[in-house]
Formats: sequence, structure tokens, C-alpha cells
Amino acid sequence: MEEFIQQLINGLAVGGIYALIALGYTMVYGVLKLINFAHGDLFTLGAYFGLTLLITMGIGDMVPGPLGIIIVAGMVMALVAIMGYLLERVAYRPLRNSDRLAAVVSALGASIFFQNAIMLVYGSDAQVYNLNVSAAEYSLPVAGINISASSIIMIGTSLLLMWGLYWFINRTRTGMAIRAVANDQAAAKLMGIDVNKIIALVFMIGPALGGVAGLTVGLCYGKIDYNMGWTYGLKAFTAAILGGIGNIPGAMLGGILLGVVESLGEAYISGAWKNAISFFVLILILLFRPTGLLGERVADKL
Amino acid sequence: MLLEIKNLHVSYGSVEVLHGINMQVEEGEVITVLGANGAGKTTTLLTISGLLKSTKGEILFEGKPIHTIPSHEIVRLGIIQVPEGRRVFAPLTVLENLYLGAFTSTDKAKDEATLEWVFDLFPRLLERKEQLSGTLSGGEQQMLAIGRALMGRPRLLILDEPSLGLSPILVKAIFNTLKSISKTGVTVVLVEQNARAALKFASRGYVLELGRIIMSDEAAALLANPDVQHSYLGGKK
Repeated sequence: MEEFIQQLINGLAVGGIYALIALGYTMVYGVLKLINFAHGDLFTLGAYFGLTLLITMGIGDMVPGPLGIIIVAGMVMALVAIMGYLLERVAYRPLRNSDRLAAVVSALGASIFFQNAIMLVYGSDAQVYNLNVSAAEYSLPVAGINISASSIIMIGTSLLLMWGLYWFINRTRTGMAIRAVANDQAAAKLMGIDVNKIIALVFMIGPALGGVAGLTVGLCYGKIDYNMGWTYGLKAFTAAILGGIGNIPGAMLGGILLGVVESLGEAYISGAWKNAISFFVLILILLFRPTGLLGERVADKL
Repeated sequence: MLLEIKNLHVSYGSVEVLHGINMQVEEGEVITVLGANGAGKTTTLLTISGLLKSTKGEILFEGKPIHTIPSHEIVRLGIIQVPEGRRVFAPLTVLENLYLGAFTSTDKAKDEATLEWVFDLFPRLLERKEQLSGTLSGGEQQMLAIGRALMGRPRLLILDEPSLGLSPILVKAIFNTLKSISKTGVTVVLVEQNARAALKFASRGYVLELGRIIMSDEAAALLANPDVQHSYLGGKK
């Protein structure tokens, strides 16, 4: 039982990260019906920006403790958001009215560009988050179970950001406009909504969340490399599909579910079969719910 | 002159569908545009709202060109369209749809007053305000689409086929509501299959055929015109 709860917490932690990345895929798909294949690399960029700010530039030493990390997290969000904005302007907006495949190729190209740029700047070897304090050393005993500090950070960060996003999308005017654009762009224009602005905003929010996820992975697992975005991106993309692509709560649910399935599968079936198990679950769910768990709950009536 | 369309040409790709349209709308008027399917009515309306771009000609609103500015800025001027097929935001609630109609507004107090007026016009929307609009009936969705447009406090209200697919009782109700909206001073441009109802409501009308205006006159004169009667009112020649 202890082992089970331990694995469940590990699953929730990594699932929260998947969910944060998945939100970027699902939001972009929601407004543009486009899979942003470069999104995983924006996650990697977040990890590397965090490394530079926290360790190379020494913000972690200047402002020790959690406050320094929160400051860095804010800066990472801003920087990755700018990269997301530029990505949309350069790689997607010029192709908005052309064939869907052109945008897909452009997305793949952007992904390769980011990976190579990171490799050029930081080198192809894995980099280490060399902190004086390592989150891995601390843990919190709760009812006989040791919850590691990194699990707490990962779960806390993802829950906080997901709550923030959910509030923003459902309770603000701009959030309402994002949902309107996702539903019907032409009608949104007739409401006086600047659709280009909303799309640019979505391309900033998604990468900002993905960037923080990258920073969190760096902080908690300690090691990052230039193509980590591929594995995490693929998992998060899977999570977005699992929950119903285009659906924001779906991405959250899908991410967490995938993390838990993966972690439990690794512990109780076989570590080597970890990925096979998660994709088997994906196939199984899609066989019975092709639109994903929460996809298209609302009937459109004409 | 509130709206003036001069020599408007619009193409879809290489196919031109509007071949030089001229139209004038005075403040406070109700104008109807008649024409068969494919005549270019919806194209004209979408071009006024900026969703389609003209290849030639100009559209002036209070003397200023609007064919060069993006659609969200056209809405800000008070040119608000109820599009064909209602186009309500199905996954959003009725209330959210209505507030989106007031997206460009910065005056919250005025929005609440407008909302009350819309609920007075369409009490059904008040009953269903928390409901997802995709679950409304066709008639209710049409009420919502009109209510949503009113939330933007239009100076020029453009309606594309507001009675399409509605029962005769509902059509009558919608037209009565449009009359009371028009009485508040809102200028209306109406495209409508139900030509008889449209001409009874409108002060003037234009007849569009294959991308050209072939007739324009007082609504009463068009109602009495044998050609119009034959083509659009089901009369015999």
C-alpha cells in the first residue's frame, strides 16, 4: 500500500508536468486546428533559460531559496512566451491561409530549428542543474510515506498554474474571447474581437506554461538535454489527445492520468514496458472514445 | 448619409461575384436587400463587416472609408452584424454569448442596462441565461444572435436571414422585435428570404441579381411592382 501511494504521487508529479505541456498543444489546436510540433522544444527552452538564469547568471545565489526560484520562473515564463510569440509570427501566421500541411511542415521545421539552436548554444551534452540545495535531498514524511520535495514542487506548480489558467479562461473577458475564437473565428470577428491578437496570446500562454514545466523538470530531476522536448512533447501530445484535443480540462486530466498510468505500470508491470503501457492505454481509450475523454461534450445544434 | 457603397467589386479567388454595387443608407432607415440564392446578398453584407475584402470600389461609413480597416475595428464603429445561420458560440452560455456582444464596450453600467433591455425584448433568454447556447432551439438561437448584436449597441444593425428555418409565429415575433429595435433609432440593413415581411418592414429596398443591383425603390413601390411580385413574392405575371 505504501509502495502504491508512493508510485501514485510520483505519477501525479510527472503527470502534472505532462498536463502543463499538454495545455500548450491543446490551446493552439483549439484556436488554429494546428498541432504545434515545436511546443516540446519550447519546453526544452524553458529548462535551458532556467539553467542560465539560475546558475550561470547566479540569480539562485543572489536571491537564495524559493524566492529566487519564483523570480526565475517568472522570467522563464516571459522569455518562453516571447519565443512562442515569435514562433507564431514567423512560422505560422504567414501560412494561416494556406494548406494545412504547409503549417505542419513549418512546425516540424521550427522544432528542428529550436533543437539545433539549443545544441549550438549549450552543446549536445546533458547539462546539470548544479544547485547548492537539491530538491531531491529533502522529503516530507506524511503518515509513514516519504513525499519527496521534488514531487511537492512538481504537483504544487502544476496545480497552481492549471488553476490560474482555468480561472483566466473561464472567468475573464479575454478568456471568454479565447473560447469564442476557438469556437468560431468569423463570428468572433463580428463581436469586435481581434482574432490575431487572441491567437498571439494563446501562443504566449501555452509556451509560458511549457517553459515553467521545463524549469521544474530541471530543478527536480537535475539533468536536461537539448532533445528532452521530444520525449516530453510526445507524452504531453498524447495526453492532450487522451483528454480530447482542444479541450483545456481534458489536457489537464489526460496529463495526470498518463503520468499515473506510466508510473504504476513501471512499478507493477515492467519498467522497460513503461511507454508501451501508456500508449496501450491511449489506444484503448481512443477505441471507445475516439474524441478523447472530454472531447466534444457539447452538441452543436444548427 | 450613414453608409455608402460605391462601385463595390468582390471576388472569391478568380471569380467575381459582385460587379460594382452602389447603395446608400440614411441614418434611421430600414433597408432590405432582395435577391435569389447566389445573387450576392451575403457577400455584400460580409464585405461591409470586413470579413471579405473588396477588389475595387469603396464603402464609406459617415463619409470615412471602412473597406480598408479590419473587421474588429468596423465593429467598434457600431456596425454590427447578425450573421446567416446565427453563429452563436455553442459551448458558451447564453449570458457569455451576450457579454461577448459587448466585447468592445468599456462602459459596464451601460452594458448592464443594455442587457436588461435585451432580456425585456427576449424574456426567453433570461430564463435560459446559464444554459449552453448550443442546447437552445433554432428560434432561441436566433433571439440570442440578435440579442448579442444589440449588446454592442449598434448604430447600423445588419441582419442576414434572421427568419430562416423559423416557424411563422416566430418569424412574426422576430419582425415585431426588429420593429421595436428600429424605433429606437437603430439603422437596419436586412437580407431576408421572406420578401413580403421584409418589404412591409423596410422603408426602401434594393434588388440584387447575379452580383448587380437591378432595382432600387421605396419598399411600397417594390411591393406593388409586378416583376418583384413575380420573382420574390410568389405572384403571377
